[in-house]
Formats: sequence, structure tokens, C-alpha cells
Amino acid sequence: MYVAVKGGERAIENAHRLLAHERRGDRDVAEVTLAQISEQLALGVDRVMTEGSLYDRELAALAIKQARGDMIEAIFLVRAFRATLPRFGATEPVNTGEMQVRRRISSTFKDVPGGQILGPTFDYTHRLLDPQLAEGFVPEQPAIAEASQAATPRVTDILGRDGLIEPSPQADGDAPVGDLTREPLSFPADRDLRLQNLARGDEGFLLALGYSTQRGYGRNHPFAGEIRFGEVEVEFFAEDVGFAVPLGSIELTECQMVNQFKGSTSEAPCFSRGYGLAFGQSERKTMSMALVDRALRAGELGEEVGAPAQDEEFVMSHSDNVQSTGFVEHLKLPHYVDFQSELGLLRKLRQEFAEANEAVEMQEAAE
Amino acid sequence: MNAPTYNFAYLDEQTKRMIRRAILKAIAIPGYQVPFASREMPMPYGWGTGGVQVTAAILGPDDVLKVIDQGSDDTTNAISIRKFFGKTAGVATTTSTMDATVIQTRHRIPEASLHAGQVLVYQVPIPEPLRFLEPRETETRRMHALAEYGLMHVKLYEDIARFGHIATAYAYPVKVNARYVMDPSPTPKFDNPKMDNCAALQLFGAGREKRIYAIPPYTTVVSLDFEDHPFTRYRFNAPCALCGADNSYLDEIVTDDRGGRMFVCSDTDFCEQRQAAGHHGTESAAPHKEKAHV
Repeated sequence: MYVAVKGGERAIENAHRLLAHERRGDRDVAEVTLAQISEQLALGVDRVMTEGSLYDRELAALAIKQARGDMIEAIFLVRAFRATLPRFGATEPVNTGEMQVRRRISSTFKDVPGGQILGPTFDYTHRLLDPQLAEGFVPEQPAIAEASQAATPRVTDILGRDGLIEPSPQADGDAPVGDLTREPLSFPADRDLRLQNLARGDEGFLLALGYSTQRGYGRNHPFAGEIRFGEVEVEFFAEDVGFAVPLGSIELTECQMVNQFKGSTSEAPCFSRGYGLAFGQSERKTMSMALVDRALRAGELGEEVGAPAQDEEFVMSHSDNVQSTGFVEHLKLPHYVDFQSELGLLRKLRQEFAEANEAVEMQEAAE
Repeated sequence: MNAPTYNFAYLDEQTKRMIRRAILKAIAIPGYQVPFASREMPMPYGWGTGGVQVTAAILGPDDVLKVIDQGSDDTTNAISIRKFFGKTAGVATTTSTMDATVIQTRHRIPEASLHAGQVLVYQVPIPEPLRFLEPRETETRRMHALAEYGLMHVKLYEDIARFGHIATAYAYPVKVNARYVMDPSPTPKFDNPKMDNCAALQLFGAGREKRIYAIPPYTTVVSLDFEDHPFTRYRFNAPCALCGADNSYLDEIVTDDRGGRMFVCSDTDFCEQRQAAGHHGTESAAPHKEKAHV
């Protein structure tokens, strides 16, 4: 005898209990702390803050712990929390030109004012697994020198002085900043919304799209004009006091790509820009973002639009990993009502097919 | 750490106001997809975030909420959403279609006729009925604006040319109030006639796609078809094994690995009400045997 399925509630509770148990792992192994995650898995925390659109290391670390290291799940946790936060307003634009630089490189000039500063980087490490790191490794103290007082102007600004690169578009200071988490997105989208979308976009998706432009699907001849990582001040204009008050500082990575020229009979040729910005140290993300940003400007710059990375609707509608994973994974939910409907149709079509074949065979036999 | 606190029915009042405005516009233009600033909800996209936001925006403390998935109150996602509102809004919940004031559903319309004053909230994955014919939103919005629906009729015609039937078994497109072609969400086409001239307000929420649309009470809803290929409903030709109903949509239950099947109502409340009223099916009789597959 068939009994209708009941008791899903208990099953859900037990599944969550088991999840909590599995999350903890072997209870004889020390529990990982948020400080450990934040300090020792810092780049993961940076990614969760960037794609979660929330600058809070502690909450990002908590999300990573709660998500058992599943980054997209962690990003989702941060986003869901962020959605409930009130909005007081928008900060003043941050000035990355005055960044306290911890790393700054340019691949377009051998030396630039302020110098090339390697900072903490995987670049040039040999990717050999290091058994020393397995336990109890105490690294050397970092080398220390007097901090340079030299200014570190943006490389694109240096190019800009000679008109060799298009001017960076200046936003109207009084115009409200677009926010696709508060207003539904419509196409064509302005660049502020595009950049917001890309900043929140999945690193892997942008990486693949950026890579595709390098391989010829919407090629735009990029040079890494500059990548810089460091701290910037955040200020908020408070109506009550009448001036901008500092809120603190955040770590950012900025990538300015210098791309193939534009120009026409009426306009002198100059390099064009692609821009990437992310929380923390997120170089792969910002470089990919800059490539895709430039690709999405194809229409604006009068280039032929055809490659996936140049297709605004395609890129912006599929860049968000929280949306993507939700819709892909929702296939786990029951679909048996629809499936039943399809089964019914398929059976009918197969029956008609069989009957038609039988009729043909009968006719052939009769002949 | 910023410890979270949440408002009645989870969403903050500003967000609710924004959603209510979208709902009012949707009601004013039946079948038209109104963009809204969908929020990230604490359940994944695809799990009913659109329906949940609509429900959260219209729910009041005196409402009685019913949540179904695949017609059933007991599927895991229905339980999860019901618990969510039980916890964040503290509203009364029910499994009875008659007693509910708000019914959130995924993939089914209840068998029992809805009455005036009720609201049926659909969870919608892809609100755009033209999406699989034209992937671009800029294009589909233009097509709706011009009521340019020829492409859809060509698709249905091509189905007939290829299969002899319109090969859409669920999410079967409808025309609302003789104007907008609308996706009824992935309900089986068996349910389509229930949307027509319905006494209840029908609201559709698509969270990931950020769209809300509506069918006001007593609005004409017509399933697209052709004069020589009229719309037909589909249900498996058997009575429910539990309550004997011969007019309800059925779930197919695989009972063994030798082709054994049985069919029971997908709408669990409808089935239980009938059983309580003394109706019986074959229940313990041998499961229905399908003909061997050809």
C-alpha cells in the first residue's frame, strides 16, 4: 500500500543537524577561528567581500566557515545579509591616486614615477608544494626599509597628460550613483552599472571571458598599464555637519588596462581604457574585469560587436554566481508535476508513432 | 560583529513598499511584466525568491498562509517556505485551500476553486514567454510593446508540423485580457483553464529575473491554440488510487522496477478532503500496470 510522503520537516531538520556535524569535521581537530580564516586565507576573504559586495572581513570569514569553504555559498550568505542593511547614502569617490600603495606594477614602462613595487605576490614563485608549510613554519620577518615619500601617480594619468589615452569619463558629482541592487537593471546599461555588475561578477566567469578576448573573440590588444593594491581613505559627506567625514580606510586593487587605439578622421588616435576594481588583493579579478569592461565598450568605440565578451546582455545577465548557482541548483527541487506532463505527451507521441508504423507494415504486408 | 535583526515578514518596509508598487502596476496592466528591484533572499534563486518577496510584501498579521510545491504541502521546499514565514511573520499557516487567504505555489494551481479575497502567489523561474524564441530582453520587451506575437504562433505551428501536436506540456503560454502573452509559470497545462475568470487575485513573482506580473480577479485568460488544433488538457486517464477522483491532476508513483505504477492526486489537500468525505480509491489494490513500452 502506498502512503503519501510525510515528515519532510523532520528530514530537513536532521539534514541541517548532520550538515552542522560535518562542518565541524573531526571534533578532535581544533576548530578554525575567524581570525585564522581572515589572516591566513586572506585572499579567499577578499573574494567573498568583493563578490558579496560587503566590506567586512569578519563577516566574510564567518561566511567562509559557515559555507565549509564553498566560496559561492559564502558569497551568497554575505549578499543575503547585505540585502537587509539600510542605505544611508553613497561615499565620496575614493581617490586611488592617493592610495597607500603596497603593490604597484606597470607592464607598459620599465620604470614609472614612484617605482615598481612588487609587494606580496605569487608572481615569480616556483609552484612547488612546500612541505615546510605543513606545520609550525615560522617565516622570516619581511625586509624593511624607509618608506618612500615619492608620489605614485597613476600610469594612465601620465599617458593622459600627452593625450595618448582617452580621458577617463568624469561622472557628474550631483548625479546619483546607479545601484543595480536597488533598481532593476535594464538594457542598454550605463557604464557605472556595468562596472558594478562586473565587480560583483563571478571571478571564474570573468576570467574565462577575459581570456576569450585574448584568444580572438573580441580582441582588444590589452596592456596592463597599471595594477595597484593598497589602502584608500573612505569619506562620507554628512549633511548635518556640512563636510566630508572620514569613515576609515579599505584595501582595494585597481587595474587599468591600456587597449588598442580608437580614432577617426576627425579625432586623433589614442589608447582606450578598461577598468577593474575590487576589495582586497584581487588581481586576477580586476584584470579580468578590465578586459571585459573594455570588450563591453566595443559598441561605444565603434567596433564590430560579435564576441560573447562584447555582448552586454549576455555578460551582465550571466555574471552573477549567486543567481547562476541558484538556477542551476534549483534543478534539484521536485519537478515531477511538469515531468508527468511531459511523460504524458511523450507517451502519446510514441503511441501515435507506433500506430503509424503498424499501419504502414500492415499495408506493406497486404501488398 | 553586526548581529542581524529582521522586520515582520523579513523584508524591510521600504522594500515592501517598492514591491507593492510593482504589484499595483502589475494589476493595472494584466499580464505585463513589471521590473522590480528584487532583493537577495536568504534562500537561493530558483527556490522561489520571487514568490517569497511577493508574499512578504502582501502578508499581514491576520493572514492565513498556505504553501504548496508540486501541489503538495509536504514537499521539502513548501515546508521550508512555510517555516520561513511562520518564523519571520508569525502568521497562521494552513494546508487547507479553502481556509488560506494567501497561497504561495510552485508548479500547480489547487484543484478546489479559489474564492474572492484569496491571493494565489506563483513562483516563476523564467517570466518571459518569448525567452526561448528570443533570448534578448531588449527584443522581447519590444515584441510585447507591439503585441508582436507571430513568432510564438509559428513555434506552436512548427510543433504541430513536426509532432502532430503542440509539444508544450507545461508553462503553456496564455493571452491575458486579450493583450499580453504571459508565461503561467511551469504549471502543467492541465491547470491553465483555472486561471481564466478566477475569483482570486493571481500574482507572479520572478526573483532572479526581477519581474512581477498579475492577473486581476475575473480576467480573461486564454491558452494559445489554433482553430483546427484547439487547446486540450492532459491528465493520465485513471482515477486517483487514494481518493478515486477522476478529474484531478495525478502524480505517477513508480512502485517497483517492473513497470509498476500508481497514480495519486498531486494536490494533497484536495485528496485528503475527499478521503475525509468518504471517497476511496483502489488504494491497496494492485498498482496500475502500464502497457509495455513500445
